[in-house]
Amino acid sequence: MYGKKVKLRLLFLSFIFLIIILSVFLILKSLEENVVYFISPTEIKNLSEININKRIRVGGMVKEETIKLSQNEISFVITDFKNEINVNYSGAVPNLFSEGKGVVAEGYLNDRSFLKAEKILAKHDENYMPPEVKEALEKNK
Amino acid sequence: MISSHIGYYSLIFGFVLSITLLVYSIFCFKKNNKKINQNIFSILFFQFFTVIISFISLIYSFVISDFSNETVYNNSHTTKPLFYKISGTWGNHEGSLLLWLLVLTLFIFLFIIFSKKQPAKYRLLSIFFQQIIICGFFLFLLSTSNPFNFLFPVPKEGLGLNPILQDPALAIHPPILYLGYVGSSIIFSASLASLVENNINNQWAAHIKKWILISWIFLTIGILLGSVWAYYELGWGGFWFWDPVENVSLMPWLCLTALLHTIIVLEKRSLLKSWTIVLSIATFTLSMSGTFLVRSGILNSVHTFANDPKRGIFILIFLFVLILLSLILFFIYQNKESNSQKKFFLISKETSILINNWFMMYFLSVIIIGTTYPIFLEVLVNEKISVGPPFFNKLLIPFLAIFLLFMSVGPKLNWIKDNFKEIKIIRIILFFICIFVSFYLIRNISSEILFSSVIGGAVLYLLFISIEDLIKKKYNFSQVISHFGFSLFILSILLNSLLSNEFSANMKIGQELSFEKNQIKFLNVKVLEKENYKSVIANFEIVDEQKKTTSLYPEIRIYNQPNILTSEADIITSIFTDKFIVINLLKGEEIFNVRYQTKPFMIWIWLSALLVSFGGMLSLIKRN
Repeated sequence: MYGKKVKLRLLFLSFIFLIIILSVFLILKSLEENVVYFISPTEIKNLSEININKRIRVGGMVKEETIKLSQNEISFVITDFKNEINVNYSGAVPNLFSEGKGVVAEGYLNDRSFLKAEKILAKHDENYMPPEVKEALEKNK
Repeated sequence: MISSHIGYYSLIFGFVLSITLLVYSIFCFKKNNKKINQNIFSILFFQFFTVIISFISLIYSFVISDFSNETVYNNSHTTKPLFYKISGTWGNHEGSLLLWLLVLTLFIFLFIIFSKKQPAKYRLLSIFFQQIIICGFFLFLLSTSNPFNFLFPVPKEGLGLNPILQDPALAIHPPILYLGYVGSSIIFSASLASLVENNINNQWAAHIKKWILISWIFLTIGILLGSVWAYYELGWGGFWFWDPVENVSLMPWLCLTALLHTIIVLEKRSLLKSWTIVLSIATFTLSMSGTFLVRSGILNSVHTFANDPKRGIFILIFLFVLILLSLILFFIYQNKESNSQKKFFLISKETSILINNWFMMYFLSVIIIGTTYPIFLEVLVNEKISVGPPFFNKLLIPFLAIFLLFMSVGPKLNWIKDNFKEIKIIRIILFFICIFVSFYLIRNISSEILFSSVIGGAVLYLLFISIEDLIKKKYNFSQVISHFGFSLFILSILLNSLLSNEFSANMKIGQELSFEKNQIKFLNVKVLEKENYKSVIANFEIVDEQKKTTSLYPEIRIYNQPNILTSEADIITSIFTDKFIVINLLKGEEIFNVRYQTKPFMIWIWLSALLVSFGGMLSLIKRN
């Protein structure tokens, strides 16, 4: 039969193998839970069912004349020129958040037409538009 | 005009020298001389000289705002302050690549000067491998990203530098980070050379350790600077966001840290030879792929300069060639190495270092997967996703507690074989006291009590142990400093994340709001005209729980060239807490979006990270 050394090495190798499998499984599982999908307002309209517990990102343009302010909240409409979604947000906004500019809102859907945002992203450059937004808009032209 | 010509031709000359060196070093290598030909030194020096001439001429073009140069036109403006004209040199794609090249040539020159005790053939091969990299960068620069392109007719005014890059921390962040990144190229070349020469031994380990330390110190400080900048300039009010661009710099750092530990095993015990080589190759590869990911526009961030697909493809092919080359060399020469029959005992310093490496590799793979998964998914199924902080926090933080415990035990073990006879009951008691103390402190402020208190306990334990070691001076001083710094670092992060407070609202001038026993008053707004921007400075007054009043002056800058708005946070730092306020315009100029945060122990995070790298510096000085 095999010597003690070989057995020990085999045991060691299978131990390592097990650890690798375990950590890969852990990583993939947690990846699945924590991934945030990017969806355009049109795609939300077409979803067969919505999951209100899943964090998503919605991108498009802030519709003109829709930003409304109260002391603690900002509400506005994101449009991809075909469909729209109302967004409600309390918190800080980035520099270039304004009407007619590209925006990405991250948060949870209440229903098909209402997003409770927890984070607003916009980019630092005047001419810059997040690639996601650009694509979402181009799809609908 | 003239300076662009000088810069360009000097680059071409440098490229020719690089090819000469490639051929010449192999020629000398074949000759089997005991000493390196003096000509090699001269050529290396000249190569460094040509690149520095070219770099200086680019700086000069920026300083005099020579808009006949395309790079200057795209990234500068006459009204920009002199300091940012100079730092604008490397605040763009072409210039930053020239900086890469400068550091590459500088490092190989210094390497050859400071490696006189090493065998001549090994040094020649190191030159050869380094010149392959240098050659690649010359080609890249000259073919796709020439910093000296001419523009005709000459424009009257430049396009300006992105204002958020106009910042002192960001002016020195790229050079420091590059010293770290590019420093790993020397480790890469030297490892391949010593692999081919079958020269991997204690003596080589002691010699390459210096270079690992240098590049590790710079990388640490470079990442720190970037993080500090993101804290106050981007107005995110935190120190790390798991942004892909941040992750990309953390990947080579983890690899380099693993290497820094492994090299000690090689130095003291002549073990883990192949593993050292693998780590060296991986570190440089990760540095290069970091550059590739950031530069190619795949990750979108302020670092994305290049949108020319040719550039991305060039780096990708170059990267592929380098990896292929090193893998082939690795498989050809790896077997030559006599598998030393030294035993690895379960309880020993080398095992604990191996455990450190395992953890590092785990952290690394989590970050690699989290960063690249969205890219793959987009390419493969065209689905857009992002992986946020929860993913990283969930997978990294639980393992941190165990990692910290190993960190407090590992350095105390002996080489070869140790046993736990000397375990003192007092240590175990101390450990449980730590857990208990952290539980007691945390129970009221956090929802995840168990989680936080285990980490808190582990961190406190490591902290006490390192303080004890510091006082006793029994162990390696530089190592203790670094480990002490790291425990302080994790502790500050923990306290910071537990005790941070945030308040945001939309406010008008003159409005007064209260939140959690604090009061915030928006007093007034001043508008000032500055050199290249208009500044809107607001004045806020915060009255906190102790009735102490603080005045804060956050600012919005409206730059004229290019026309961009930036928010400058106002931060008041004290030993225990940072008061952080940032404002933004909303709908005209009447209502401001205000965000006020208290961030405890912020300064401790920066200082402890600095302390970690300071440990590295001590170790470097000691060796010289």
